[in-house]
Amino acid sequence: MSMMHASQVSSGIAAAVPPTANLMRWVIVATLPGIATMSYLFGLGVLSNVLLAIIFGLAFEAGVLRLRQRPLRPALNDSSALVTGVLLGVSLPPASPWWLIAVGMMAAIVVGKQLYGGLGHNPFNPAMVGYALLLVSFPTHMTLWSPPQELFPADLGAQIAGTLPTSQLDSMSGATPLDAFKHKGSTVLASEFWATNPLPDGTLSAWRWAALAWLAGGVLLLVKRIISWHIPVAMLGSMLVLATLFYISDPSHFASPMFHLLTGAALFGAFFIATDPVSAASSRRGKLIYGAGIGALVIIIRTFGGYPDAVAFAVLLMNLCVPLLDLYSVPRPTGQQKATPEERRP
Amino acid sequence: MSQWRQLARDGLWFNNPVLVQLLGLCPLLAVSSSVVNALGLAIATLLVMVGASTAISLIRRQVPNAVRLPAFVMVIAAFVTCTELLMAAYAYPLYQVLGIFIPLIVTNCAILGRADAFASRQPVLPAAIDGLMMGLGFGAVLVLLGALRELLGQGTLFSNMSLLFGPGAANWQLTIVDGYQFLFFVLPPGAFFVAGMLIALKNVIDQRGAARARPAAAAPRTDRRVRVTGTIK
Repeated sequence: MSMMHASQVSSGIAAAVPPTANLMRWVIVATLPGIATMSYLFGLGVLSNVLLAIIFGLAFEAGVLRLRQRPLRPALNDSSALVTGVLLGVSLPPASPWWLIAVGMMAAIVVGKQLYGGLGHNPFNPAMVGYALLLVSFPTHMTLWSPPQELFPADLGAQIAGTLPTSQLDSMSGATPLDAFKHKGSTVLASEFWATNPLPDGTLSAWRWAALAWLAGGVLLLVKRIISWHIPVAMLGSMLVLATLFYISDPSHFASPMFHLLTGAALFGAFFIATDPVSAASSRRGKLIYGAGIGALVIIIRTFGGYPDAVAFAVLLMNLCVPLLDLYSVPRPTGQQKATPEERRP
Repeated sequence: MSQWRQLARDGLWFNNPVLVQLLGLCPLLAVSSSVVNALGLAIATLLVMVGASTAISLIRRQVPNAVRLPAFVMVIAAFVTCTELLMAAYAYPLYQVLGIFIPLIVTNCAILGRADAFASRQPVLPAAIDGLMMGLGFGAVLVLLGALRELLGQGTLFSNMSLLFGPGAANWQLTIVDGYQFLFFVLPPGAFFVAGMLIALKNVIDQRGAARARPAAAAPRTDRRVRVTGTIK
């Protein structure tokens, strides 16, 4: 925990460490612009996802705590299950069926968090554990993003109940911009692809507005000192550099850096997913490497991998590197000998 | 007779190759996506295990200590080759499905582990019984894992049993939930997850049993957590 606030300690100001609940509540406040914008653009299915995910998250958290014979109140009051619910809810395609959300939250809370010992002991970002499990298990449901639509989509209830036949789902939903670009075919030039108007009207601008809303929430987190700038800047910076290199090398096949940053989950992931204080690196140098690694993996998987977006996989892969990063990036106090990794080990 | 009982209890439960020794996980996790695959590999492994344990016990005085591991691997490889040819002859469709994992039984460390730890130091009969019991213990977990993964992944049980038992078994499939698919359990991560849950379940059963055996002499609660999968004898 002490490393998390190294910046405050080293500048000589003994700032009070905000309690977890306070921290989590600011994260939820910061997601509101993103949730509101996405609900406005993609319909209330976004909001129903978030609400259902929160309900399932709290229910699973309470259930596991009961089984583990731990007190309910402190764990439920710290709002971490709430945050996990919000983050998974906005990651899922709008108006996902309830069972999809339930399975995802079960993987996130029960397996991703509580089986490892609860908040603070989970090596992986719980929301992304749930998302990755769903993406691997139910690819048809997870790749159906509805195009921008009115606030109250028809069939919202039937979609959430999961009673809509798949054929009808197919007709109402389309690919995300990243998905469409990925499957344009290697013989089609990027300029030709965009000239065919491959996406329903307003799709690209909707994704851009959503990305900007997440950016606004992220700036709020930075201003309130809930997160430090290192991870988001490193992640977005490495995405920008790598995407620019690819784009300069062959603009007719690789997507532009702006396309990479403003569609998909780049900005959302940089401020809300990668910055999870439990599963992210904790020293400043570690955070920079961690963020840059996520950004590089996102671009590499998006460009060469099998999935259109990659924030979840990139974050999980870098979560795996965090123990090593923390071990090798501990800052050396002035005047002390450089410690070997063995000496640093607690 | 108590020696045989001890061997059986160890192989099937207290020193189970999968749940306690955590050996042979590669084929276990790779091939346990359905009952028929698991059963096929379980039978093949059982044959190799009994044969190799018996043969290694027979030659235990002739093999110099320095080269015993290469010699044991050669013996195991001979039995694997026999098993592979038998499967190609009598269960060719399953042989094709299991593919590389049949020759890979050679590298199953549960077999080499038992050969070195038990068969090379014991007379023929105990070695053969140990091989049989360890093979059964391995196979039982493998089939259970296959059944759970098939059920959770596809909602069926005993699908494609004709691969192993011929055309007569074509209609053995039980469809528990129709049109259900949960790919996580079909894919390798699901195998890790279910295997972990089975180990946890075994530990819970052991703890309950120990608590029932001596309710008064409860050990003080400490934080000792050296091994999480039981004790290896």
